[in-house]
Amino acid sequence: MTNISISPDEITRGQPYPGAPDNWKRFFTFSTDHKVIGIQYIVTAFFFFLVGGAMAMVIRSELLTPEADLVDRTVYNALFTLHGSLMIFFWTFPVLVGLANYLVPLMIGARDMAFPRLNAISFWMIPVAATLMLASFLVPGGPAQSGWWSYPPQSIQNPTGNIINGQVLWILSVAINGVSSIMGGVNFVTTIFRMRAPGMTWFRMPAFCWAVLAAQLIQLYGLPALTGGAIMLLLDITIGTSFFRPENGGNPVVYQHFFWFYSHPAVYVMVLPVFGMFSEVLPVHARKPLFGYRVIAVSSVVITVISGCVWVHHMFASATPPWMRMFFMVTTMLVAVPSGIKVFGWVATIWGGKIRFTTPMLFALGGISNWVFAGITGIFLGSVPIDLHVHNTYFVVGHFHYVLYGTIVMGIYAGIYHWFPKMTGRMYYEGLGKLHFALTYIGVQAIFLPMHPLGLQGMPRRVASYDPEFIYWNVIASLGGFLLGVSVLPFILNIVSSWIRGPKAGNNPWRAYGLEWLTTSPPPVENFEEIPVVVSGPYGYGKNQPLVANQARLGTIEEPATS
Amino acid sequence: MTAERAIAQDIESEVRHAQEHDEAGNSKFGFIVFLLSESVIFISFFVGYAIFKTTPVGEWYPPGVTGIETKEPLFNTLILVSSSFVIYVAERYLHDYLEVKKNGKLWGFRLFMLLTMLMGGYFLYGQMVEWSGLPFTVQSGIFASMFYTLTGFHGLHVLTGIIMQTTMLRRSFVSGNYDNGYFGVEATSLFWHFVDVIWIVLYILIYVWQ
Ligand code: HEM
Ligand SMILES: [Cu+2]
Repeated sequence: MTNISISPDEITRGQPYPGAPDNWKRFFTFSTDHKVIGIQYIVTAFFFFLVGGAMAMVIRSELLTPEADLVDRTVYNALFTLHGSLMIFFWTFPVLVGLANYLVPLMIGARDMAFPRLNAISFWMIPVAATLMLASFLVPGGPAQSGWWSYPPQSIQNPTGNIINGQVLWILSVAINGVSSIMGGVNFVTTIFRMRAPGMTWFRMPAFCWAVLAAQLIQLYGLPALTGGAIMLLLDITIGTSFFRPENGGNPVVYQHFFWFYSHPAVYVMVLPVFGMFSEVLPVHARKPLFGYRVIAVSSVVITVISGCVWVHHMFASATPPWMRMFFMVTTMLVAVPSGIKVFGWVATIWGGKIRFTTPMLFALGGISNWVFAGITGIFLGSVPIDLHVHNTYFVVGHFHYVLYGTIVMGIYAGIYHWFPKMTGRMYYEGLGKLHFALTYIGVQAIFLPMHPLGLQGMPRRVASYDPEFIYWNVIASLGGFLLGVSVLPFILNIVSSWIRGPKAGNNPWRAYGLEWLTTSPPPVENFEEIPVVVSGPYGYGKNQPLVANQARLGTIEEPATS
Repeated sequence: MTAERAIAQDIESEVRHAQEHDEAGNSKFGFIVFLLSESVIFISFFVGYAIFKTTPVGEWYPPGVTGIETKEPLFNTLILVSSSFVIYVAERYLHDYLEVKKNGKLWGFRLFMLLTMLMGGYFLYGQMVEWSGLPFTVQSGIFASMFYTLTGFHGLHVLTGIIMQTTMLRRSFVSGNYDNGYFGVEATSLFWHFVDVIWIVLYILIYVWQ
């Protein structure tokens, strides 16, 4: 009935743009197509994942034995600093922004992001910033060594006396990354608020888009605070201001507030889109509507708000007054509520479903199980007495890697496998995918579980050598780490070979709902031949309800007969 | 079939809604979001200022300094605040010119835009004079660090605003093409109001609260 009229030049839009490999050059140019930019982000991020991963291999090799015998202590400091910084700023953020870039316009039925050129500029700042960070290996004194949080007073010391030193380059790199993220945040928020297809009301919008919106709102309120702190840090190092120099009236703890006011919520910038992907993958592969969709959607926004009120739990061991500790302990525990609601919704979604144990499904289930575990140790860390005991030990490292690797990286894998056929028009190899999953899941447990007993026994983090009494768990962790290193190989093999000559996937291999599956694989330049008019929500599994006004398009879904 | 009718109506209104979402509207929305985000940088500086001042670790003022001169900056403040009205008038002139399409009124836009620029320029000049007369440098302790960082960072924003105004003024002479609306002018004006509001808070924090 209601179709938006099509202008003649739109007819050419119907052509799917040729996929790789014949048109691979497309991905090396300044393109404003959100799909090209999305893939540019993802591939770039993977490069830095490998670099950061290689650093992790060196770190774990060093920790195989109690003595600091493999690398210098300063090199070790530089390694864990850059490992953490690369993984956060140049892997997790960009890969998620890449996925969101690719998917959000398709999922809300838009032709592109609201500001395509800004989008491209945001992307190209990433390789520049990352190169700057890696280039710090070449300056006298080497890269930054004060960890990814760069606390003063270490970070404002400048033993080499050069203005261009590793720490300054680190700040500049993070700043460029931050500008890129703020521009990205503006772009996503505008796109989601204003570019939804007709009929796509808020509660017909996929949970993934809700999650991206919530995450990007955090970028907008949090990153500027970090920027403020970073400007002060930079001025302290370069022109001798005294914000964080107690001898001149400054206060280093204030930096911690700036830093964590952003960097705690930043965890949710990373994990919310992953939650969103879980919410998309589970219904498709269990053939059931997302249980409690509205609650799951709204809980993302609730998390955005609460996570802005918990940052002091990273500073329980700093000079923090008791009332502050109490207050932030309570708010920290509160985050468990919306997070728990989500887990409940996912479990209820797959309960009694026709589960297909495909690779994306396995990664999603594995990621959720790791999230539950990380959530439990997180509650431990949120309670002041326990945190004071295990603060800055390997318990913390174990906890946050369960979040970062166990949940986020695995969730990203789930998303990539799930939408790979959409992005490339080809199917990945299921066997290799399952091998990848098995290695990853076992590897995660083998390296990060032992870190918990290590921390409880008192092994401090950020050390190159340790007491020989800790050797038992350290050897297991290192072997697990190497396994995790190996686990990436089947993934790369799978993606590269199936992208080149995997079996053709068709437009909707999972028989999924959701607008992105209504267009061709890969989608044409402006996504849809005609903008779809949405008449219901995206999780109509087993209900056989139409998704878009134009019924004929529904032929692609073929719901199997279910009760 | 009332349900279906309702859905159809729903769609109808949605389509209209979607069509209204033009690009200029997106730009304006996005720019406001950006300004909100930008204001958080200033807020974090302000909060930092309040913390440093109320929970001192050492001396707040540099040795020999007991406070800071407020009269000249107050005059400067008045100039900056009134320039916000001036740029509003410029925007109105442009609006009327485009709506009523009477050529004669574009000069109003140009005149008032130029006036805004001059007032902004005067503000920066006043700040330069103030800076050069101060008995302390950025290295003289925590108050000095805060003072120069805050006023300097704000000054950079004033400068950015003036550059935007210059561009808009130039465009009215060079292309004079407003077929796609005048979002640039709106953005410039929004930005200028933003810079203004920030300055008022800054003035209260640094000059009034001594
Ligand atoms: C095979 C994979 C990985 C291994 C073996 C590994 C191992 C390690 C080790 C041993 C540390 C040093 C802890 C310390 O001394 O405090 C560390 C720190 C860190 N890792 Fe990983 N990691 C891996 C993957 C990741 C991933 C995927 C992320 C993020 C997405 C990540 C983020 C971090 C962060 C933020 C730090 C803190 C750095 C700092 O203390 O400044 N890691 N990792
Ligand atoms: Cu936290």
